[in-house]
Amino acid sequence: MFLVELAKAFRRPRTYVLGALLAGVAVLPAVILATSQGSSGGPEFFDLIRRNGLFAALAAVVVIQPFILPLGAGLLSGESIAGEASGGTLRYLLVRPVSRVRLVLSKYGSVMALLAMAVGWVMLVGVAAGGVAFGYGPLPTLSGTTIGAAAAATRIALSAGYVVAGIAGLAAIGVFISTMTESAPGASIAAVAIAVISQILDGLSSLRVIHPYLLTHDWLAFADLFRSPVAWDAMRRGLLVFAAYTVLFLGAALTVMTRKDVTS
Amino acid sequence: MDGLDLAVEQGVLYGFLGPNGAGKTTAIRMALGLIFPTGGAVEVLGEPVFSEGRPGPGRVLRRVGAVVEEPAFWKYLSGRHNLEYFARAAGPAADREARLARVDRVLGLVGLEQAADKKVKAYSQGMRQRLGVALSLLGEPEVLVLDEPTNGLDPQGMRDVRLLLRRVADEGTTVFVSSHLLWEVETMCDLVGVLARGRLVAEGPPSELRTAGDHIRIAVDDRARAERVLARFDGALVVEDPEATPPGSPPGGSWIRVRLAPPATPAAVNAALVSEGVQVGAVVPERATLEEVFLSLVEGADVPR
Repeated sequence: MFLVELAKAFRRPRTYVLGALLAGVAVLPAVILATSQGSSGGPEFFDLIRRNGLFAALAAVVVIQPFILPLGAGLLSGESIAGEASGGTLRYLLVRPVSRVRLVLSKYGSVMALLAMAVGWVMLVGVAAGGVAFGYGPLPTLSGTTIGAAAAATRIALSAGYVVAGIAGLAAIGVFISTMTESAPGASIAAVAIAVISQILDGLSSLRVIHPYLLTHDWLAFADLFRSPVAWDAMRRGLLVFAAYTVLFLGAALTVMTRKDVTS
Repeated sequence: MDGLDLAVEQGVLYGFLGPNGAGKTTAIRMALGLIFPTGGAVEVLGEPVFSEGRPGPGRVLRRVGAVVEEPAFWKYLSGRHNLEYFARAAGPAADREARLARVDRVLGLVGLEQAADKKVKAYSQGMRQRLGVALSLLGEPEVLVLDEPTNGLDPQGMRDVRLLLRRVADEGTTVFVSSHLLWEVETMCDLVGVLARGRLVAEGPPSELRTAGDHIRIAVDDRARAERVLARFDGALVVEDPEATPPGSPPGGSWIRVRLAPPATPAAVNAALVSEGVQVGAVVPERATLEEVFLSLVEGADVPR
């Protein structure tokens, strides 16, 4: 079922369109810095790209994380079950029979796999673009020291993993919403809205008390991987929060799905 | 749903009739584990559909194939890919060769070899319906359940589906078809069950069902006396239906219209009337259509069983 989901995705033209769009976004930071002078005034990592092309991968991720990645996660997870329900294929999968537990888990797994591929793809393209434009070298950290190429590659891979973990909670929320409706766009929009609201709340300083518990609060904490020494606190807390959201909402999705009458 | 119990022999084409809202779709969806019963148990092929303490349907569904209302597919995939993915989704990842061979075989069965590699988007309604039957046959089911399989088809498409189901049944698969189209059930099915308000109100071969609802018209000299006699007669029911009374009443008498159910037969009713001193001028059998039988079954509380 999981492999079927991936195979289905790779037979859809839209997968390649989105891939091309992501690639376009991924080369953007490198292109901007290569064609302009002085400070970009952009987000973290931007100006470091000039010193090492590897940073283009991180800059690309920083660009997609606040909006494009939640959008993708919301789209894929929101339509996961609801899309099959509105298309009528849900009942045919269930009578084949595909067990409802397996259905939810494979759907979630395939959504996460696609998102991980998207993040990996963006980073690969970013690394390539940054390398072409600025070349590679020892990696300067945000704290001013430098680390070697192997350690740098490890940390970049770790940050990719952290970004994917960060999106896991949102994808679980999307799948949960998706089990409760037959409207795929509705579920997708609801999931994206939750990410947006979370980011808005995160911006209100009067709500500082709840910030650590917000799904999106520690999304960018992977930047700490590029300090010297690495600051693990925020990332540790972030991973706990992501895991909590994932378990909670995946459990809720399973609960709803295994009890619901399928009338679509 | 109330104590619905359907026993269908292997290789029989069973028609499941009922007006809209009678519970056909509910019964089928319950049997397929799509909706949960509010109480009681659901069994198919002698196995529980909802296993104790575990959510969702059990393994018995592997022995069942189904088309539930319209067939549905991933429209951006070809017919062949749809079947492959459905086959694999339920898998234990069975031997790929065997799976592909099975897909080819069911595509051949429904006559879609030519169109197998076209996207389902481009399929006609009739082709989708046939692909739906192919999908239901994928797991080599012992029982095939189809809900309104000819809905939305043109006459040619309906005929194709009917012939296809006949062939499937003749090959030994039990086929269970729900419909609200009487003539379709009448021409296609070996056995018919009629569902009304969640209960099975009649079951039998179409020809037998028709007889069960037979009416006769009797010309009698003394209508009041005849009605008194028939009131005591088990299975005979005088039907007040002025329209049914043919013109030209018998001289010195009147027609009465009687609905017969076993054990009443025209001969026995006649004998009873005569022995009570009623003069019977004529007994005319009225052969009901399945439609009349059906309407009387689903409407009346005075249902002969």
